[in-house]
Amino acid sequence: MSPALAVSAPAGNVLLAVEGISKQFSGVMALNDVSLDVRRGEILGLLGENGAGKSTLLKILSGVQPPSSGRIVFDGADFMPASPEESKRLGIVTIYQELSLIPTLTVAENIFIGRAPLGPLGLVSWRRMIEDSRQIIARVGLTVDPRTPVSSLSVAEQQLVEIARALSLESRLIIMDEPTSALTESEVQRLLSIMDRLRQDGVAIMFVTHRLEEASHICDRMTVLRDGRLAGHLDREDGKPIELPKIIEKMVGRAASELYARPGERHKAGETILSVKGLRTVRDPEAPHAIVLEGVDLDLKAGEILGVAGLVGSGRTELARAIFGADRIAAGTVTLNGKPIAPQSPADAIALGIGLVPEDRKHQAIFAALGILTNFSVASLDRFSSGLGFMAERREREALTEYRKMLSIRMASPEQAIEGLSGGNQQKVILARWLARDPKVLIVDEPTRGVDVGAKAEVHQILAQLAERGIAVMVISSELPEVLAVSDRIVTMRRGRITGEMPAHEATEEKLMELMALDRQAGRAQ
Amino acid sequence: MSSTVEQGGRGGVDTARLLVSFGPLIFLAALMIVFTIMSPNFIDPLNLFNIMRQVSITGLIALGMTFVILTAGIDLSVGSMLALCGMVAAVVAKGGAANTLSLSAAGGSGYGWFAALLAAVAVGALAGFIQGMTITRLKVPPFVVTLGGLTIFRGLTLTISNGGPISGFDSSMRWFGNGLVGPVPVPVIIFVIAAVLCHIVLRYTRYGRAVYAVGGNAEAARLSGLRVDRILVSVYVIVGFFAGLAAFVLSARLNSAEAVAGIGYELTVISAVVIGGTSLFGGIGSVGGTVVGAALIGVLQNGLQFNNVSSYTQSIVIGLILILAVAFDRFLKSRVRR
Repeated sequence: MSPALAVSAPAGNVLLAVEGISKQFSGVMALNDVSLDVRRGEILGLLGENGAGKSTLLKILSGVQPPSSGRIVFDGADFMPASPEESKRLGIVTIYQELSLIPTLTVAENIFIGRAPLGPLGLVSWRRMIEDSRQIIARVGLTVDPRTPVSSLSVAEQQLVEIARALSLESRLIIMDEPTSALTESEVQRLLSIMDRLRQDGVAIMFVTHRLEEASHICDRMTVLRDGRLAGHLDREDGKPIELPKIIEKMVGRAASELYARPGERHKAGETILSVKGLRTVRDPEAPHAIVLEGVDLDLKAGEILGVAGLVGSGRTELARAIFGADRIAAGTVTLNGKPIAPQSPADAIALGIGLVPEDRKHQAIFAALGILTNFSVASLDRFSSGLGFMAERREREALTEYRKMLSIRMASPEQAIEGLSGGNQQKVILARWLARDPKVLIVDEPTRGVDVGAKAEVHQILAQLAERGIAVMVISSELPEVLAVSDRIVTMRRGRITGEMPAHEATEEKLMELMALDRQAGRAQ
Repeated sequence: MSSTVEQGGRGGVDTARLLVSFGPLIFLAALMIVFTIMSPNFIDPLNLFNIMRQVSITGLIALGMTFVILTAGIDLSVGSMLALCGMVAAVVAKGGAANTLSLSAAGGSGYGWFAALLAAVAVGALAGFIQGMTITRLKVPPFVVTLGGLTIFRGLTLTISNGGPISGFDSSMRWFGNGLVGPVPVPVIIFVIAAVLCHIVLRYTRYGRAVYAVGGNAEAARLSGLRVDRILVSVYVIVGFFAGLAAFVLSARLNSAEAVAGIGYELTVISAVVIGGTSLFGGIGSVGGTVVGAALIGVLQNGLQFNNVSSYTQSIVIGLILILAVAFDRFLKSRVRR
């Protein structure tokens, strides 16, 4: 199919060969007959949109779960790790976005965790451990004192420690999952140059990323996944970087899926309800991973769905949290119905008529062990209670019954713990939570994350209904088909800035992907 | 079509659910039957009221502790707080520090039982407020703050009392500890009224819902617009209030406030709440459970005493029951989840 398949380095150079791997989860094909190879001394880019199957592939390679079918050959032998430890021992180390270092231990202790060098009496030889660590981290250009606790290093430095540890374990394949998403521009450059050096040392690297420019700059070859299948392989031609349009074409090249059927044109949007001007945030020492917003301008109109498209680390979630009063705003103004507002807490924002469905449902939205009724009414306790503070439980139950019908929530009883519901039904309960408040503005962050395919379309319909009621809806998503399917207007974000804006009917996945992934000063001038 | 099980009625699961809800109650009933068989006098109403009166002091504090533990907090200072509140109540009842050495009821020079009660609950609530503010503003874990409180309040008590007891209150105050309404001891009446009120607050009010929500998931509660910090402070005020109330009743009953009162009470109180099924991780539990848990400990102590089991052995048994109760609860819940 793909001409790139034909081009290959000498066969003896292949370190890892994945042959026709598939993975099924309760009837859903997460990976379907995917093949790729990684050669010694090269950087292979693994690209694809969210849900393309990248993380499933990583889980298989790192021994978290076995494939349903297919074969993996690593260094000439069949590779069937039963656990992450075994995969590591065999020579494949995966470095995830959430680093796996122990923050309270020092750099040296982390590098030698579980295998500290022992002295003559069987006691830990600290001197040797620290000296060896110093040499190990020098390989990745890190010069901190090995006795530094990891928690006091920057994210970029911690990442380097993890890479160094992988090298000291004599790993032959290092898989990096989105390593640059939390780094600053200069840190990214440093990481890329270290990757280049490792490549020259003969280490094989699999670079999983959303950032097309970085991938194009550093990768020798790329494998692109789409909807769990192999979309194709790309090679450098005449040593020149792989061109971006080619990558984008491979990533999105499909007709809009039927699941994401476009709703009919909605009646024209009303007047501007929420207006954001010059919004800035500063780095919070307690949340070093959060992206800093740098001058965001945004208008949200009644009865429209504004799609915010951005990759991991673009600042989309931080934007939502800042408007919602969950994070501190350093500069800029937010106006609601023409009046400036400055919510200091979510409670303030909610009182003003703003709602937020957060991205991480389990940790930020649901009360897992509590009943559906409380999960539903928690944001409207004032509306479902009398002046004396007693709950008006009949009214509360009637309201839940109403939304249960309207949103077709499948549940056993209002007392059932919400953790017993499927992801889609949980999300509907959270949407009902906000509907009960009748908000003016509703921000929905990743509306269908962890929601099964059938329920996705239902959630999209609900969002459209909300807009029809006159609510200004802001939908944040990293899934482009979703953004295209639900939005009336779309803005793109990258690195804490708005990089473009267009009506949804003019948008295509290619255009959006360019604005989300490329460092181009397109769109609005800052 | 969702593949998740939307739990319907399957026999085994429902039995487990019932056991989760009523396990402690069933165990309490079984225990009482066993003790009655071993010595029929156990079931005598006089003995039962005696148990209830014993239980009512720690039971009152356990009601407040239920609020705290529902938010995934803990208060280790309640025993010392009880001593402090009792001592302050005694000073007020005696009409000031000058009269505290007299053993008699100081005919007319005291401020009366109502002022003493007010002083006890006010000191408790204030102590709880300070601890709650320290927990939420300075972000010190409740375990640490209240562990500090445990020694601070004891030290304050000893300072006020100079180490000794303050004894001799007038009869109107003693009534709250020793009086009877019909056959029912007054402390039991106070405990029952308080338990009913707490149950109503937790089960039927907006505030009660908020307490469960904060304990169930503090971040989600914040993002749902609840003032999480205020609610956290309030539960420490509530437990402080109940420590004050318990202190008043205890001083009235003993006709004396002791500087060493309440040592180790925090453990009995927490045991009662936990045996009653309230989760130390927050969000799950009820006042009913706590009442049963407190009763269970009281029945166990009394029943063992009835059968001449030494108090040393009693401690061992109660500790084992605590661990078993939680282990059993976990086991059942894992069955329900499946």
